[in-house]
Amino acid sequence: MKKELIKYTVFALCILLAPLAFSGNYLMNVLVFVGIHTLLAVALNLLLGYAGQISLGHAAFFGLGAYGSGILSTTYEWNPWLAMLVVALVVGGFAFAIGFPILKLKGHYLAMATLGMGIIVYIVFNEWVDITGGPSGFSGIPNLELGSLVFDSDLKNYYLVWSFVLGCVLLSVNLANSRIGRAFRAIHDAEVAARVMGVNARLLKVQVFALSAMICAIAGSLYAHVMTFVAPPSFGFNISVELLTMVVIGGLGSIYGSFLGALLLTLLPEFLRFMHDYDIVFYGGLLMVMTIFMPGGLVRGIPDLFRRITGLKNKKGGAHA
Amino acid sequence: MLELKGITQIFGGVTALNNVSFSIHANQITGVIGPNGAGKTTLFNIVTGIYQQTSGQVIFEGSDISGIPVERLAAKGMVRTFQNIELFGQMTVLENVMVGLHSKSKSGLFACSFKAPWAIKEEHRIREEAHEWLRFTGINQLADVQASNLPFGKGRMLEIARAMACKPRLILMDEPAAGLNSQETVGLAELIRKIRDLGVTVVLVEHDMELVMDICDRIVVLNLGQKLAEGTPREIQDNHEVIAAYLGDDE
Repeated sequence: MKKELIKYTVFALCILLAPLAFSGNYLMNVLVFVGIHTLLAVALNLLLGYAGQISLGHAAFFGLGAYGSGILSTTYEWNPWLAMLVVALVVGGFAFAIGFPILKLKGHYLAMATLGMGIIVYIVFNEWVDITGGPSGFSGIPNLELGSLVFDSDLKNYYLVWSFVLGCVLLSVNLANSRIGRAFRAIHDAEVAARVMGVNARLLKVQVFALSAMICAIAGSLYAHVMTFVAPPSFGFNISVELLTMVVIGGLGSIYGSFLGALLLTLLPEFLRFMHDYDIVFYGGLLMVMTIFMPGGLVRGIPDLFRRITGLKNKKGGAHA
Repeated sequence: MLELKGITQIFGGVTALNNVSFSIHANQITGVIGPNGAGKTTLFNIVTGIYQQTSGQVIFEGSDISGIPVERLAAKGMVRTFQNIELFGQMTVLENVMVGLHSKSKSGLFACSFKAPWAIKEEHRIREEAHEWLRFTGINQLADVQASNLPFGKGRMLEIARAMACKPRLILMDEPAAGLNSQETVGLAELIRKIRDLGVTVVLVEHDMELVMDICDRIVVLNLGQKLAEGTPREIQDNHEVIAAYLGDDE
């Protein structure tokens, strides 16, 4: 428990102080996206890494949050904070409702069902032109405000988004180390045995699905208010796959791993600009190398690698002595 | 305690169990034995809610539990172990037992996320009790080991510790001695007696006759999906039909 507290404090301090070390609007802007991706990756990790249920449609919840907030606060002129709250609850409720039939499925079938859900939602964004603006997107979304503070600069947005991330990480770490988190992992490892122990597997799966969707919706709302513009391609199938990649590369079942995955996969495109459209080849290669050599993700792979290197040195030292 | 009334199970065209009725008495160790294919495991899966019987009733402490979902039985006081131990492999030994206390705790998703004071208190209690059950089964020194790294025998002990953490009034064990060496089997026999002495009713399906005859207060014999005999170990040993079922007829 103490260890968790120390980890979290170090993480929070790094986040809060990062703007002092890195400056420049461009970098701040990239880090805002790292934050949004971290929220999404943590959300998916609760579902996939802990409870062991896959989703290939999580970009849909992200999109519903973004469009929901955008439309309510722009077309209907709601208070953006209120819109964010209502949208999160509605998306959570929606996920809860579809979760009951969908999460009866396992493995590939669950992947297909969530994939279908993602595609349907994407089509709605694209085709319901009157409300969403269709393929040309939806613009003019207001920035969030807190009293006289308007979140209109990259630095302000950095603190806005990352305070949500810090909150979400804290709650997720708490949850993961609780009886509910253990029940999730028990379902993942041996569902029948978990049920024999009194774990209501069906209900818990639906609950974590809804919770995960809510976090994605909040991330979507933040995205909408930060960007002030949303368009369907940001919520398509490839985004769901990118999220999945972040979670796997970071480490399944590790909250901080999700942060690493989000960080890596958000920064990489910036460095791979020179490869133009071929960067997708690099991702594919990365995913292959990672799953072969670091199946536990970065969060377990790096310490392992470190141990192996220091272990080798020690062995050599021993041989010489 | 537990009463089976006319349990029949038909898989496709095969009758796995045919009108089986017997009772399990409280505070006793009851063994269910029979040659391979007798229907023991099927019967077990019906009693513990994993299969739904074709017809018949399972009465537990006076109420009909047929068709009740598996996850509700733990709270009612019934729990089981598995023939091929089903541990939560990626979790530590301690965490496995802590899951066993799931039905005896109730903090929800939000209380756990926000670390509500009662959730913290409950978490402490869960941890303490889990350690107690590990000491009870003699594997407390392995508390922080990942469950998938346990040797088979210890895994079996962990499964029993986890089941006992549910504080059952009835525990059903599916071949608890399978895969254990003779020394471990002796330890298991002691543990099962200790469990009965806590006032817990024990039912086991078992192939190890020495163990069954040693620890069981009563034995039920199944053969070809039907009840062949029931009685004390001595009565069963002297029963000609049972001997014939196991060894074949003399004629």
